[in-house]
Amino acid sequence: MSIELRNIRKTFGDFVALDNINLRVATGELLALLGLSGSGKTTLLRIIAGLETPDAGEVLFHGADATTRSVRDRNVGFVFQHYALFKHMTVFDNVAFGLRVKPRVERPVEAEIARRVHKLLTLVQLDFLADRYPSQLSGGQRQRVALARTLAVEPKVLLLDEPFGALDAKVRQELRRWLKRLHEEIKITSVFVTHDQEEALELANRVVVMNNGRIEQIGTPEEVYHRPATAFVHNFLGNVNLFHGRIENGKVYLGDTAVDVDRAHASASGNGKAVLALRPHLIEIITRPNGKPSFPATVISVNPAGPQVKVELVAEWGDAVQVDVGHERFDELAIAPGARVFLRPKEEKLFVYQI
Amino acid sequence: MKRHRVLPGFGLTIGWTMFYLSIVVLVPLSTIFLKATSLSWTEFCVDVLAPRTIAAYKLSFGASTAGAFVDSIFGFVVAWTLVRYEFPLRRLVDVLIDLPFALPTSVAGITLTALYAENGWLGRWFTPFGLKVAFTPLGITVAMAFVGLPFIVRTIQPVLEDLEPEYEEAAATLGAGRLQTFRRVIFPTLLPALLTGFALAFARALGEYGSVVFISGNMPFRTEVVPLLIMSKLEQFDYPGATAIAVVMLAISFTILLGINGLQKWAGRRLMAS
Repeated sequence: MSIELRNIRKTFGDFVALDNINLRVATGELLALLGLSGSGKTTLLRIIAGLETPDAGEVLFHGADATTRSVRDRNVGFVFQHYALFKHMTVFDNVAFGLRVKPRVERPVEAEIARRVHKLLTLVQLDFLADRYPSQLSGGQRQRVALARTLAVEPKVLLLDEPFGALDAKVRQELRRWLKRLHEEIKITSVFVTHDQEEALELANRVVVMNNGRIEQIGTPEEVYHRPATAFVHNFLGNVNLFHGRIENGKVYLGDTAVDVDRAHASASGNGKAVLALRPHLIEIITRPNGKPSFPATVISVNPAGPQVKVELVAEWGDAVQVDVGHERFDELAIAPGARVFLRPKEEKLFVYQI
Repeated sequence: MKRHRVLPGFGLTIGWTMFYLSIVVLVPLSTIFLKATSLSWTEFCVDVLAPRTIAAYKLSFGASTAGAFVDSIFGFVVAWTLVRYEFPLRRLVDVLIDLPFALPTSVAGITLTALYAENGWLGRWFTPFGLKVAFTPLGITVAMAFVGLPFIVRTIQPVLEDLEPEYEEAAATLGAGRLQTFRRVIFPTLLPALLTGFALAFARALGEYGSVVFISGNMPFRTEVVPLLIMSKLEQFDYPGATAIAVVMLAISFTILLGINGLQKWAGRRLMAS
């Protein structure tokens, strides 16, 4: 089932949680709402679920207006960050809940319920825990039970609110891969909320980056990572050095260094203030200027632990700069804290945002 | 092997607990048993199994149970309202709940008697239906419900406050109606607290003297509760007789409270986090 949101607005007192949100989720898609806490992503998810009502705007399910439809009648599955499993019920009873509360005419007989519950528990690989209580399970197991419980009512849409937020890194990785496989298997329209950019990029078909109640960019993981639309998106998706400079006559100036803007990706034109975004691995360290635009900097610290050497520097005009260098190149450079070097942006990957 | 605990002082605290419990609870109670042994077995049985005593036992336990049940229902509603809704003077109402704790029980007794007497402010509305409240078992139940209400409200309130809205939201997204959500999700979560409150209200009602003495009318066989019977035995200097009745009362109460405790454990076990 497709979901469409039109001009959604939501305020809590003076706080604008969502400001004119327009979004379409295609049938069978796995969409990520990515943003910092307070960006409005959870509120948006709750509006889709019907747990929250928008102040203005429309929610359409499969083309039909569902704005005023109650939670019960929306046929959406909602997975909570803290699982919200019913503590007084066994795993089996939790999963069976949605089937048992159906109106008498729709309710399957108990034997059919048992069959379906076991099938779902097998799907989430937890059938052997059917008789346990939620308090006896690990976090990852609880979240899988919560997912099975949600799937039991065969929802048309699956909504997940920070589904792996309360789990430790290892389990999170595992569940992420597992959820991706599950989605490929059952192809249910799904929207999940996360503040973890890695999770969004790895799992989703499309990513919606949100900031301060607005959508900054919608695109495939590749698009938002390689062609970020705003400085915020650039900064949010992966490490980045942001330099405040100015544009004059088609040139970007960082301090006194001019950087050729023609080959830059973003649409910087005219004159004025600008932000230059450079990923740490897209800056080259050179020991002396080689004619191409570069700027002087001083090495502050060096951390060689990891696949790349992380070098912290400070530019002449005071901005901190992080640069990732390959181990071989680092050995060639033979730099140590205090060394004066030059930084050269690999120009073809230059992003300039006007502000 | 000695187990190390995060908090030291287990020996000291358990020692103090036992010592304190002995002085405040066990020693006074055991003297009752000792005093009762001054009776021969036959005398004991005659005192305890006298029709008037049996009637008093039935009334005491019956009215206490009824009172605690009434409290459970109304206390639940009160706690629910206080936690779930914002309304003017909510704080004030919250404070009012504790008044039955603070009010001298005799004051409560006299007030209730005046209110529920045949020509009292409340009693007069019952009279046309041939319903008498004061000086009947019904009146005793009313008095017991009055003193027991805070127990239910105060035990349920914190649990209800801690109940995350997401459980109800989860139930709703799974298709449950409000009533189903209440019956299958909210009520079972509150049950252990409710049972605790019930036990406390019941125990308080059982031992209640001050407020019951006025509204009951103290008619033997009809409206005489056990504490009153014990009191009248004492007034006749029948100390062994009074203690015999007290011993049986104590034994039954202990058994019932133990039972409720077990029930509460059973209901609460599943809610405990591991």
